[in-house]
Amino acid sequence: MTASTVTQYRPAQRPGRDGFAQLLRAEWTKFRTVRAWVIGLVIAVLVMIGVGLFGASAGGSSCQAVSGGPVRTGGACAPTFPAGPGGEPVTDSFYFVRQPLAGNGSITVRISSLTGLLPPANPGPVATDTRPGLVPWAKAGIIIKESTRPGSAYAAMMVTADHGVRLQNDFTGDTKGQPGAVTTTSPRWLRLTRSGDTVTGFDSADGTHWTQVGTVHLSGLATTVQAGLFATSPEYSVISQNFGGGGGGSILPSQATAVFDHVGRSGTWPASAWSGGYIGAAGGSGIGKYHQASGRFTVTGSGDIAPIVAGSGNSGDPGKTITDHLVGTFAGLIAVIVVATLFITAEYRRDLIRTTLTATPRRGRVLAAKAIVISSVTFVAGLVAAAAGVIIGAQVSHARGSLVFPVSWLTEVRVIAGTAALVAVAAVLALALGTVLRRSAAAVTIVIVAIVLPYILGVASILPVGASEWLLRITPAAAFAIQQAAVQYPQVNALYTPTSGYFPLAPWAGLAVLCGYAALALILATIMLRRRDV
Amino acid sequence: MSQAPLAERASAREAPHPERRGLPAGVPVRWASLREALHAEWTKLRTLSSTGWLLLGVIAVTVVVSASAAAATRCPSGVACPVDTTKLSLTGIEAGQAVVAILAVLAISGEYSTGMIRTTLTAMPRRAGVLAAKATILTGLVLAGGTVAVAGSLLAGRLILPGHGFTPARGFPLLSLAEGPVLRAAAGSVLYLVLIALLSLGTAAAVRDSGTAIGVILGLLYLFPIVAQVVNPHWYRHLQQIGPMTAGLAIQATTGLRSLPVSPWAGLGVLAAWAAAALLAGGLLLRLRDA
Repeated sequence: MTASTVTQYRPAQRPGRDGFAQLLRAEWTKFRTVRAWVIGLVIAVLVMIGVGLFGASAGGSSCQAVSGGPVRTGGACAPTFPAGPGGEPVTDSFYFVRQPLAGNGSITVRISSLTGLLPPANPGPVATDTRPGLVPWAKAGIIIKESTRPGSAYAAMMVTADHGVRLQNDFTGDTKGQPGAVTTTSPRWLRLTRSGDTVTGFDSADGTHWTQVGTVHLSGLATTVQAGLFATSPEYSVISQNFGGGGGGSILPSQATAVFDHVGRSGTWPASAWSGGYIGAAGGSGIGKYHQASGRFTVTGSGDIAPIVAGSGNSGDPGKTITDHLVGTFAGLIAVIVVATLFITAEYRRDLIRTTLTATPRRGRVLAAKAIVISSVTFVAGLVAAAAGVIIGAQVSHARGSLVFPVSWLTEVRVIAGTAALVAVAAVLALALGTVLRRSAAAVTIVIVAIVLPYILGVASILPVGASEWLLRITPAAAFAIQQAAVQYPQVNALYTPTSGYFPLAPWAGLAVLCGYAALALILATIMLRRRDV
Repeated sequence: MSQAPLAERASAREAPHPERRGLPAGVPVRWASLREALHAEWTKLRTLSSTGWLLLGVIAVTVVVSASAAAATRCPSGVACPVDTTKLSLTGIEAGQAVVAILAVLAISGEYSTGMIRTTLTAMPRRAGVLAAKATILTGLVLAGGTVAVAGSLLAGRLILPGHGFTPARGFPLLSLAEGPVLRAAAGSVLYLVLIALLSLGTAAAVRDSGTAIGVILGLLYLFPIVAQVVNPHWYRHLQQIGPMTAGLAIQATTGLRSLPVSPWAGLGVLAAWAAAALLAGGLLLRLRDA
């Protein structure tokens, strides 16, 4: 080439147009034109859906596994639970001494004693006798219930073994009343008043000074309802809470007996006599009786009036949550981390970084543009995969007859969008670490190990529960809290451990931990990129 | 690279070579022997500063994670603790294996990223031999590093656990290699790391790019235990039986062997099968593909 043929290079773009938008466009072009990265992202979406699908199809308890489980029409079978007013699966079994109440009215009682029986301390081959005692949420009191159908709406005032007086309604509602245990020297007075769809609960220590505990709305409550006295006691579980993995242990029925007197009624009570009966005996053992003598009622019951907790270990694994359909996130995340790391390390390997930094000498802006491009594309990929995973997973689980715990649409949106955000932030972390280390192998390993290994150690290893919870608080794996769909009910005793799907941090707090790591890595990467020679 | 002595020896032995087609007469050509390949691979790995750091990393990560797991576990008096103290003391292997994977991946991917692989394959055209030499050197390195890591982990467990309620009086004897199950767990854990290295080497030979190779390997290791958490007991057992990590780590169990999805040595066998399959695939692709 001779000098005469050299023409001066004139940039097609006018000066002043190399703004941030151009930088974004350049990085987007780099990403889009590397076929392996696009394929990697498509693979991430596919494995995320595919692995989740496998989890959904292999997850349901099969007919053989559930002996004597009720069989549904259509051949599919699963343990069936009554559904509460909110659609959630519930336990609704208790001993009920009742009368119909027509229209508005109220019922008042005094409870002077709550005692119970626990199963043998060491249920071994040599059965010892039951022993006196109460489980923390043994309960007895008064209840106004739509009907005797398990799962129907209700409001109840009750005394509990360890949690004082409570006003509970429709399985999930729980309001605190007077604290303290009930004894003959310190009895509790309870009152429920119905007015239309509204039921108000009162408690009192002496029967004259009443305190309103709360008001609940039972929408569409029938005119004639069942009202009366009840007693019930949840299963007694001997579960070693100290160590993960060992969710076994024995779960045996317990029972509670309460003594009621000063039973007062107002309003229209068409039947003149009380009748006793067990509600929802299928779930419990059917232990229950009542005895009435000179105004005193002694009621014994076993069971619980409460929501069924996902992963509680009660009667096996009762069902799945939408979190289970997103188990593929781990697979997709690994592919995304590889692509995000290569997005920067490939520039070092191919020396393209020299061209990039010559074109844009302000290095911080290059990193920012890369972070925006990679987080946007991975967010979209995560969103598509999570939404598809949840929707298809629900279909598969439904077709196989496994129970999926219903969640509100807000929770569903939080889980899906949160999963996409989790993937995007992990990609930024990988990009930043790739910039710091400039080597893909080390960066990919560190990010995968930091995000995935604490989860494995916390959920599927022999670490004690305390250590697992700390791992899921301080490591990037805390972000998986955003996927938790299982609800923790304070009024139900269960194993709320990482192994059963309960994270120690609130959903957004967990994601914030990962964001913190990503921000730190990004700052470090910016400093290193500016200070270092290429 | 110690190519000089190789060239001298090559000129000394100028046996005509069947593969010299197209080469001008007088250029000495012969294949490097397996011993020379081993020597070359050893020199390559030895002279990389990353090798030493990664081996140290294997030891440090394994011992620190193991010691932390032991330190985090307490057995309060009056409570039955269903804990396998040997397995607990070797928890760090689950993290240390990731560093072993990096070491093994870089042994071959590093050559692809720098173009060194062309020199290597020119000097040693028997490509399976190159892979075999790399596998041999890696085995030696990981055996050495893994032994130190496992010994350190068990020592940490022996020192920490008795102070946390795991005393001989309560049925937790001091960890000692003189006991058969502990020795099996310790030796098996070292072998586990070796097999992870071979699995990684084979995968990296097939995939070539280091980042992608690490992703594939860690996915293979970590996905089985995670997916096993959400499936029913039937599938849970199957996933535990076929996963390279879940099956391989069965070797660490010293208690409750009957309830394990796969017995200790059979589990390590499963991992060995994975490693053999990866090496086979890597070797075949190395032979069939252009470098």
